[in-house]
Amino acid sequence: MKARVHVTLKPGILDPQGKAIQHALGALGFGAVDKVRQGKVIDLEIAETDPEAARASLTEMCEKLLANTVIENYSIELDGGPEGPTPS
Amino acid sequence: MKAAVVVFPGSNCDRDVQVALRQSMPGAAGNGGPVMVWHKDADFEKVDLIVLPGGFSYGDYLRCGAMAAHSPAMTEVVRRAKSGVPVLGICNGFQMLTETGLLPGALLRNAKLKFVCRDVHIRVETSQSLFTGRYRAGTALRVPVAHHDGNYVAAADELDRLEERGQIAFRYCEADGAITEAANPNGAARNIAGVFNETKTVLGLMPHPERLADPALGGIDGRPLFDGLVEALS
Repeated sequence: MKARVHVTLKPGILDPQGKAIQHALGALGFGAVDKVRQGKVIDLEIAETDPEAARASLTEMCEKLLANTVIENYSIELDGGPEGPTPS
Repeated sequence: MKAAVVVFPGSNCDRDVQVALRQSMPGAAGNGGPVMVWHKDADFEKVDLIVLPGGFSYGDYLRCGAMAAHSPAMTEVVRRAKSGVPVLGICNGFQMLTETGLLPGALLRNAKLKFVCRDVHIRVETSQSLFTGRYRAGTALRVPVAHHDGNYVAAADELDRLEERGQIAFRYCEADGAITEAANPNGAARNIAGVFNETKTVLGLMPHPERLADPALGGIDGRPLFDGLVEALS
């Protein structure tokens, strides 16, 4: 089963890289960009057929390693279908 | 007193901190001083102090310190830290300590996005700890920083708690000790350069005291940290 994990900075955590991208876009003429936040996408292939078990396992992976929940939120997509962000 | 320095693939200050500690340990020259523990070794000897050195463990992959936080040696370090064994984390070692949750908060990319490598001043916020007993509170030290991700963040209420409990060890300051925005090299919240855990047995800091602990290196402001630790733990 394929999965995709999105890791993003929590609202309120300053994202200097996002800010720099926004400035660069402004310099390129994209003045309408009000805000940029940069995150990570992690693609995984898991030997698991049960979506619920896969989701449980991915949640544990996010909590333990893939995201630092002090500063980051994560969301999990299974087989390409987004199933909404995981609250954290 | 026995000390161990944990060495990860990508550590680059492990020898420096070993030398800095050794010169503060009487008689250590004979036995080689602090032992070096490879990151895969979860079964190292009993020691009075564990040091997590600076560097770029595991190439800073995913997040600085994230991979190191789960290595076999670190699992053991976390266990021992929880039982009260003192742990000192410098730079990348500080990042590992926040990643394991032994210290609160996290270290983000520097606010100006630049790698900062220069001497800074930090103010000793308390002398009431194993690590800072040889300093007087309020003293400004000159020590180098060398990092890309030293921008300390924590929730506002967490920062308040740290202040209330006296868990802030060092703050970036001017040469005269004044806490200013200009003296903050990386955007760290409230100019925080180093924090303790609640019991003050774990210290993480971004600056490198081991790099100015010998007159030959141009300064000795870092030395009292090691002298004080050895004195307190011997």
